[in-house]
Amino acid sequence: MMTTLTIGHFLSLGALLFALSVVGIFLNRRNLIVLLMCIELMLLAVNINFVAFAYFHGDLHGQVFVFFILTVAAAESAIGLAILVLLFRNRQSIRVDELNALKG
Amino acid sequence: MSTTLSASTLLAVPLAPLIGAVLVGIFGTALGGNWFGRRLSHTIAILGVLVSFILSLSVLLDVIDGARFNDSIYEWMVIGGLTMEIGFMVDGLTAMMMVVVTFVSLMVHLYTIGYMEEDEGYNRFFAYISLFTFSMLMLVMSNNLLQLFFAWEAVGLVSYLLIGFWYKRPTAIFANMKAFLVNRVGDMGFLLGIALIAAYTGSLNYTEIFAKLPELATIEFPWYILGQESLLVTVIAICLFIGAMGKSAQFPLHVWLPDSMEGPTPISALIHAATMVTAGIFMVARMSPVFELSDAALNFILIIGAITALFMGFLGMVQNDIKRVVAYSTLSQLGYMTVALGASAYSVALFHLMTHAFFKALLFLAAGSVIMGLHHNQDMRWMGGLRKYMPITWITALLGTLALVGMPLFSGYYSKEAIKLSAEFSTLPAATFAYYALLAGVFVTSFYSFRLYFMVFHGPERYHLNPDAHHDGHSDHHGHDAKPHESPWVVTVPLLLLAVPSVVIGYLTIGPMLFGDFLADAVHVNHALHPAMTELAALYHGPLAFAVKAFSSIGLYLAIAGALLAWYLYLHNPKLAPVIAHKLRPLVVLLENKYYLDWFNEKVIARATMALGGGLWKGGDRGLIEAGVVNMSWKLVGRIAAVVRQAQTGYLYHYAFVMIVGVLALMTYFVWR
Repeated sequence: MMTTLTIGHFLSLGALLFALSVVGIFLNRRNLIVLLMCIELMLLAVNINFVAFAYFHGDLHGQVFVFFILTVAAAESAIGLAILVLLFRNRQSIRVDELNALKG
Repeated sequence: MSTTLSASTLLAVPLAPLIGAVLVGIFGTALGGNWFGRRLSHTIAILGVLVSFILSLSVLLDVIDGARFNDSIYEWMVIGGLTMEIGFMVDGLTAMMMVVVTFVSLMVHLYTIGYMEEDEGYNRFFAYISLFTFSMLMLVMSNNLLQLFFAWEAVGLVSYLLIGFWYKRPTAIFANMKAFLVNRVGDMGFLLGIALIAAYTGSLNYTEIFAKLPELATIEFPWYILGQESLLVTVIAICLFIGAMGKSAQFPLHVWLPDSMEGPTPISALIHAATMVTAGIFMVARMSPVFELSDAALNFILIIGAITALFMGFLGMVQNDIKRVVAYSTLSQLGYMTVALGASAYSVALFHLMTHAFFKALLFLAAGSVIMGLHHNQDMRWMGGLRKYMPITWITALLGTLALVGMPLFSGYYSKEAIKLSAEFSTLPAATFAYYALLAGVFVTSFYSFRLYFMVFHGPERYHLNPDAHHDGHSDHHGHDAKPHESPWVVTVPLLLLAVPSVVIGYLTIGPMLFGDFLADAVHVNHALHPAMTELAALYHGPLAFAVKAFSSIGLYLAIAGALLAWYLYLHNPKLAPVIAHKLRPLVVLLENKYYLDWFNEKVIARATMALGGGLWKGGDRGLIEAGVVNMSWKLVGRIAAVVRQAQTGYLYHYAFVMIVGVLALMTYFVWR
């Protein structure tokens, strides 16, 4: 017999995704692209939360807000990838642990 | 019927020499471009002092007729109830001092024309002595302690400038610093006294202080001094007297006066004989209501005065420099004045102040004339037989010497005899010591005075034997023949003019000054406790009778004995003096080293002060403040920064992690509130 999906399941999924991406940001030492992917994943986790609330409360406002977030995510990943390309041109590397020029 | 004097006349008296000093000092020196020549400078300066003298004479005549003045001229400020003002108080004491100061100053101004003729600082000298006249006049005319102290410091400053007039000489610079610093020690006591008076009476004005004094007479001083309780007025009186000790060169603050002979002779006459050194005596007499309330202070004054009078006289006996002999004589006579103050005979002290001003200025100017005539040689061993070459100087010096030793009918006799009698009649315990010290002092005074007189004016001529005779390039109008010659009229006229009061002023003024009411409202004496003046008045039957009294008192015979001894040792049998000096070698060494006081001051006190200063510099300033506070503060900041700097790793993910953790913490905090 199948368990009925409640809002809790969706919220936990969102939380899990969020936590994974946060861990992914600071456990990641080698790859800047993975950092950008983790940021996208954080935004996605929040989107899941919004959709879940919209579905289970029957309110369409949640889904509308997801559009906004998606737009922002798209713009931001475009800029992030552009910075990544420029960084590679200047530093010849995308290792995160080599970016410590601001060490005080 | 007493009239009031005009404030503008009184204001003109100190301001005229001040204007002279400022004009000559600015335009006559390099400061203003050397516009004024010598004749213009000395004319301006002398005019200033002449105006001052004539006005002082007219003020004196008014005061004799009963006029008085006591008012504020300019109120500077009022701080918390304490008024700071410029004001004049003119009574008999002030008028007498004004005339003495301006007269001696005028004589010195005239004398300077001759004495400083070849000096390149001629104009500067006139500016300084006019400035001194202004300061001294402000001192004696003051009606409050603040102005007195200002003028006190001003005369000290001008004394410093004049002692070090020949500033390229190292001995002169040493002497002027010494004078100023020793004076400062006295001023410390003086300031404490003024502060105590201001604290307990709330005022600096003489009239208000004297009005409040009876209430203070029984207050105890809040702290124990030397393990004993003392009255407040005793402490005030002794503090004020310490100031007088510094300025009037009493033992042990006398050490600056002999060194001050480094200055030119005119200022030795003006400042260190007649006027500045008498400022202390003047101040004690002016504050007589304070001193009358404290017997302990009067005893202290008697002892210090007696010590100075006697022991400084001993030092005068072994000096070879003519100016030093007269300097020690001044110290000794100041001791006499102090003894009179201690015996509560304030008018007697002031009387001696006046007569001494005249004959001591005369002696200094005569010594200067001798020095000039011998081409700036000051050593008495190379003088002798000068009466043939310098007759006017000789006669006036003889008159001054007779006045100094107390020949009856001369002015010095009246004042010194009055001092001796007041010491005899005083009932204080220290008065006996003072009396015998004064008697011994008469013998000593006569001895060194006649030693000077015989060595300089009589006996074989020794001026050509001087090994140090310098033939410097000053223009000798007499063809450079090194023979002594009489000085020009600008030098001898002041000598003659000063000789007149040295002889007659005692006879003429003893009655009104001591026993009349000329000084009655200026000095205040408690006749019941301190009967010296009343007993003196009972003895007095006129100046002629007072002179005849000399033959029945021991003083005259002591003076004659001193003169005879000097004649014997320096004229009749000059080979004996070195033999005696050899036999009494330890005593002579003690005297030549001035009782080792200078050694003590230089090696003990000065070294200790410098060591203290050095220790405080290395330990306190460098060690504590610089190393401890200043250096520690920046090092501490550096260390904290080194620790905190670890948080700046430069890695983006560290920063992101901290941001997220921070957001979580804040959210948790706000949810749980």
